[in-house]
Amino acid sequence: MRVLMFGWEFPPHITGGLGTACYGMTKGLAKNGVDVLFVVPKAFGDEDQTNVRLLNASDVTVDIDHETERSYWDRVQYMEIGSNIIPYVGPEQYATMIEEQRHATQGFRSSVFAPRYEFSGKYGANLMEEVARYALIGSSLATKYDFDVIHAHDWLTYSAGIAAKETTGKPLVVHMHATEFDRSGENINTDVYAIERRGMEAADLVITVSDWTRNIVIEKYGINPDKVITVHNAVEPSDKSLDEYESSGLKNKVVTFLGRITYQKGPEYFVEAAYKILQVDPSIHFVMAGTGDLLQKMIKRVSQLKIGANFHFTGFLKGNDVDQMFAMTDVFVMPSISEPFGIVPLEAMRLKVPVVISKQSGVSEVVEHALKVDFWDINGLADAIYGLCKYKAVNDIFRKEGKEEVDNLKWEYAAKKIKNVYELAINKK
Amino acid sequence: MRNLCFYFQVHQPYRLRTYRFFDIGKRHFYYDDYKNRITMQRVAERCYIPMNNLMLKKIAELGNKMRFAISFSGAAIEQMEVYSPYALESFKKLVATGNVEVLAETYSHSVASLMNKDAFKLEVAEHKKLMKEIFNVRPKTFHNTELIYSNEIGADVAEMGFDLMLTEGAKHVLGWKSPNYLYVNAINPKLKVMLRNWKMSDEIALKFAHETFKVEDFVNWLNSIPKEEEIVNIFIDYETFGEGLDASTGIFEFMNYLPDAVLKYTDFKLVTPHQMVEKLQPTGVFDAPIPLSCRDEERDLSNWMGNDMQDDALATLYGCFKKVKASKDEELMRDWRALQAAENFAAMCTKHQGGTPYDYYINYMNILTDFINRMK
Repeated sequence: MRVLMFGWEFPPHITGGLGTACYGMTKGLAKNGVDVLFVVPKAFGDEDQTNVRLLNASDVTVDIDHETERSYWDRVQYMEIGSNIIPYVGPEQYATMIEEQRHATQGFRSSVFAPRYEFSGKYGANLMEEVARYALIGSSLATKYDFDVIHAHDWLTYSAGIAAKETTGKPLVVHMHATEFDRSGENINTDVYAIERRGMEAADLVITVSDWTRNIVIEKYGINPDKVITVHNAVEPSDKSLDEYESSGLKNKVVTFLGRITYQKGPEYFVEAAYKILQVDPSIHFVMAGTGDLLQKMIKRVSQLKIGANFHFTGFLKGNDVDQMFAMTDVFVMPSISEPFGIVPLEAMRLKVPVVISKQSGVSEVVEHALKVDFWDINGLADAIYGLCKYKAVNDIFRKEGKEEVDNLKWEYAAKKIKNVYELAINKK
Repeated sequence: MRNLCFYFQVHQPYRLRTYRFFDIGKRHFYYDDYKNRITMQRVAERCYIPMNNLMLKKIAELGNKMRFAISFSGAAIEQMEVYSPYALESFKKLVATGNVEVLAETYSHSVASLMNKDAFKLEVAEHKKLMKEIFNVRPKTFHNTELIYSNEIGADVAEMGFDLMLTEGAKHVLGWKSPNYLYVNAINPKLKVMLRNWKMSDEIALKFAHETFKVEDFVNWLNSIPKEEEIVNIFIDYETFGEGLDASTGIFEFMNYLPDAVLKYTDFKLVTPHQMVEKLQPTGVFDAPIPLSCRDEERDLSNWMGNDMQDDALATLYGCFKKVKASKDEELMRDWRALQAAENFAAMCTKHQGGTPYDYYINYMNILTDFINRMK
């Protein structure tokens, strides 16, 4: 079986969990005998391609006069909206935005239709232009390769998926890693919502990463429950052990938050819980790793609470630094307000770090050896963190059992379920 | 004859390196050596050495008619010793002429005076010791970091045995009064207070490069001061000459000609601050119940304290003073001094455009956490 897969990012060039999930999934699919043609907007050349063939959309030239592409363009017209939709803008991206803006004003239509197009592959100011171009390439690529099923990850790639389906008639599976409601709360971007909804409606089957997300998809997007299937994410077992990393230089317990510092991740609740804990035990240290639009607000709040000597910020971490951070961590906390899945706690657990997660996360559906609290319950959060820091017995159990549990959440198994979904979609046709 | 007093500040803080959370407890070196070295060497080459040579030349030409004061921070001296011994030798030569009064200040260019009296006293004592060691002088006139002053600080300074202190002639404190007189402290009148004429000081330090400001203008301005006003204090950062204002602006020529012109065309002579203690009668009380400084339009403390980050950092730093002192650990003391530099807190100020106050705070607090950890 062969699948044409559309993604937006692939390790090591990632900004969040999507790229990591795609990587694990493709490895798992390979183990299940599924070939993957993976399309990314921009390939850098240093990606691990042992289990996947990476197609770089930036390398694909488009002949505008080609009839199929022309007819496709009539259908993607609706995406021509000038607004800047910026889901996750980090400082680094913000710096390049002005440059991108200049590029964007050169004319949306003409640059989308240029024979060659250089994707940034990020989430910048001309994201919509990239999405449109990516869709165009979707239809172009679909005619060049042979495959059985199309699989598109998150809204950025749905238009490409739809285009490929319409060009080839092959079944389409769309994968909801996050919904617009997770990213923006109730103040959603209606254009993104429309693309998500259209993608799911056009798809033969929809995969959600958790039941939490499945409910949102059914309730808020009105998708037929019969075609929505949950396949929980997994995590690649780590061949690393903590011994390879430096342990914390602090003699005290370290509690870590790691993720984008945005509304969705609930960083405020972590800061407030830290303050409560420090009133009882001023020796514990807290780390907020990551960056995002709420970073400055968090720094201000920390200094206002006068806990700066015990509360540290590391900025964005990736690759080895993430594991290094876990190696220095005694308790990992993910207080997300709405988390479709949340792969980071699993990465912590496989390095034997006990975790506290919010009940409003997909990952809480699959792990048992984690303390689960409502994100808004600061007292509960503080309690759970304090307990894991202070009471050795529960900490030991979580370290041991948690690791074992996660090691069984293999992508190989999740990919098997995905393969079943593919088969279902193919037979449905 | 009336009096014109020049005082120059020589200071270079230790610049801190990027210190990450991962470094805490493992690496105890906090400084950006490279930046510290190139900065000191550049400033020495562009300012300290040429300006010292000019001042030595003026002293040779004018003898005892050429007098002024200099204040050295401990951090500047330490870094000169390591990175530019030649500049330090040149300063020693200058002080050895006897025409230059060396002032007392805080060792680290700190705001200890606002935070902790004992820490403040230690800062002053350590500076005093250093001045004795390097220049073989005992400073009698005190000037606080960035001219920070309040009635209480003045009283603390008097308690430490000084009879003269320099501060800012801040408009909001002086009101209608002129800075061109000698005043006394409001709590302890034994402490005389000399005020910076900020208008004229800034004219040279800030405006020289942008506007036509000639020695003639300065002379005319001096002559326009009412005859009964006795002393004009011009306080400027020494780095202004050659570094702040590039040599190409003509600032060295200006300073070369200025003393001669003042002596020739006005009834002012050049003096050092402490000469005035005996000579002038104080005309009134300088009453500053709320601390002031020479910084910003407001002349207040908001450059170093007041926002949450600054307050957290300062409270955390001075909160461990007792432990540091009790440790009697010379390495800890050395870091303690560098971490106290006022620049650390100014870099967390959010009033001004530019800068990265949040990043600075994070970095500083990481260092402070490691520092506190070392004492446990």
